[in-house]
Amino acid sequence: MTTVESATDTKQMTIVAAIQNALDIALGLDERVIILGEDIADPIGGVMKATKGLSTKHGLDRVRATPIVEQTIIGTAVGAALGGYRPVAEIMFMDFLCQAMDQIINHAAKSRYMSGGHSPAPIVVRAMIGDSKFGAQHSQALEGWFMHTPGLKVVMPSNPYDTKGLLLSAIFDDDPVIFIENMGMSYSIKGEVPTGDYRVPLGEASVLREGSDITLITYGAEVHPSMAAAQALEGEISVEVIDLRSLVPLDISTCVRSVSETKRAIVVHGSTEFCGPGAEVATQLTDRLFGTLDVPVARHGATYTPVPFSQQLHSTPTEESIIAAIRTLRQRDAVGQHPESI
Amino acid sequence: MRGKVLPVHEAGHDAMTNTLPDRAALEWMYSTMLLAKMADERAADEARKGLLAAALYPVRGLEAVCAAMGVAMAPQDQMVSSYRNLGDALSRKIPLRAIIAEAYGRMGGTSKGKGGTMHLTDNERGLIATTGIVGAGMPLAVGLGLAAQLDKSDRAIAVTFGDGATSIGAAHESFNLAALWKLPVVFVCQNNQWGEHTPLAEYAANPNLAERTAAYGLHAEAVDGFDPMATLQSIGGALDRARAGEGPSFIECRSYRLTGHSGLSDYSYVPTEELAAALARDPAPTFRTWLEQNGHVDAATLDQIEQTAVETVDDAFAFAQQSPHPSPDELMADVYASPEGVPTR
Repeated sequence: MTTVESATDTKQMTIVAAIQNALDIALGLDERVIILGEDIADPIGGVMKATKGLSTKHGLDRVRATPIVEQTIIGTAVGAALGGYRPVAEIMFMDFLCQAMDQIINHAAKSRYMSGGHSPAPIVVRAMIGDSKFGAQHSQALEGWFMHTPGLKVVMPSNPYDTKGLLLSAIFDDDPVIFIENMGMSYSIKGEVPTGDYRVPLGEASVLREGSDITLITYGAEVHPSMAAAQALEGEISVEVIDLRSLVPLDISTCVRSVSETKRAIVVHGSTEFCGPGAEVATQLTDRLFGTLDVPVARHGATYTPVPFSQQLHSTPTEESIIAAIRTLRQRDAVGQHPESI
Repeated sequence: MRGKVLPVHEAGHDAMTNTLPDRAALEWMYSTMLLAKMADERAADEARKGLLAAALYPVRGLEAVCAAMGVAMAPQDQMVSSYRNLGDALSRKIPLRAIIAEAYGRMGGTSKGKGGTMHLTDNERGLIATTGIVGAGMPLAVGLGLAAQLDKSDRAIAVTFGDGATSIGAAHESFNLAALWKLPVVFVCQNNQWGEHTPLAEYAANPNLAERTAAYGLHAEAVDGFDPMATLQSIGGALDRARAGEGPSFIECRSYRLTGHSGLSDYSYVPTEELAAALARDPAPTFRTWLEQNGHVDAATLDQIEQTAVETVDDAFAFAQQSPHPSPDELMADVYASPEGVPTR
């Protein structure tokens, strides 16, 4: 459930436009909001143009282009947050967060706890999953790393409306948030977005499509092939699709409600299946629904490989592979055995 | 101003008397040096006896630098420190009771016993963060400096770190960014001549850290870290420049580590003559002699300060040992501001 506070007019926006719009609103609402990142000031306005126009409108003091120093961008954001600001740090490709892990994991995430609650560091780190055409160092889905770190919240939207509403919630949240975007969706996914301020709360999944035979639980870019797979199977298998939207907090209740009806579920994501977010979702569903499920909860994540450059090799789920995963689960349901033992 | 490197004042205290603080400040400095020395030694004793389970990073040798920072910094100023933070915390006027109770992991500590010796913080007194990661405090200080600059405040930020931290990338990124943005940050390098167990000359091709850092376009100078008056003048000047919008400074306070790297670690590898020379300049007793010989503070007052320091240390350890342990609900408290829906294990 989302709340629309003061929005009447809507506009067709790409995800990038929704991000720019959210940042513009946040900068206008609160002087403590500042943005840091490489190339983010005009005339470039960020490599994806997500900050286009913002330094011109809100000033170079608050929309600050930095040198190429990921760990110090995050460290500076944490320090500014300790100094009372609400910094948003843009770190281009998510892979570059490796450079900043010390500041994210050892400082942003733990500052509140280590200080006994006195020194919170409410920053937002925006970073995107790239595209395989950049090769294996610009295309990893690393959300699982951050889910594994107490103190952080992890958000991963799939569409322009959620992107704007979740980003505004993240900026004004009092906890540090890792906000993960996806390069492939930045300009290709469009939707109607209210032009005013509204918030999508962190920790509320959204049921994108109702169905009765099986539930696909997914988030981020994999929402789109999941929806396409559900559409392709219409008439044959009735597929419900849940978009988690945020991974920490995790809205397991919405998943439980759905799977208690469908009795079958697959968690679909772009990070590796092994130790991926799907393992957590599957375990929590099994804990709550064991004995009522027709088949064990399945996972369909990326292969345990670096991301291949070749467009012919698919490490992450596609519409076709999701359809195949659904059919495999149905087959297992009918036979009562693991597909590899059939 | 740019790239200025000054020689170290090896001559000692008599070199710097033109910025003499008032008598109360001198007495406070002596008291602070004593507290740092005595609390440090007492903590090591307690750990040796198995009565204190905490990682300890002694500050012996840095007492003069810490006392100088305490006088140079204004109440509104902010500090980021490291794991070697006992003297830094005292320089921010944090009660010794809270410092020691944190070492014991008790509710009376600065972080309710959840931070420990490597993570003392006291926002009200301007100790904003202490990090256990070598060099990681410098980016935080850049951020605090940015906040101070955006606030158009007269706040300056001091970040302390050892000579070893000047090797790490975060330091160099921070020197550049602070200089580029002319931030009110003072990088206080507490050069104790050892990066863990390796001497400076063995890990730096140019062991003149001030000279090396000057290349970033900030004011850099070296000062005799055993000389509290010289150190006070250097750090005070850096804070003045920061407040005046003249940007960051790097103050290399040359001292010597009078103990092992950590609490009870081996120290046999340190050359005997070097250590003896450094011990001959042990900050607190040297300062007492100077105060007395130059007629700044009389012997009876100095005796009284020593007696009070003994009592303060005893009181702090007694307080810490009697302070309650955190209750079980503290385990889950302070992880998130809004924990709705986040996991609990």
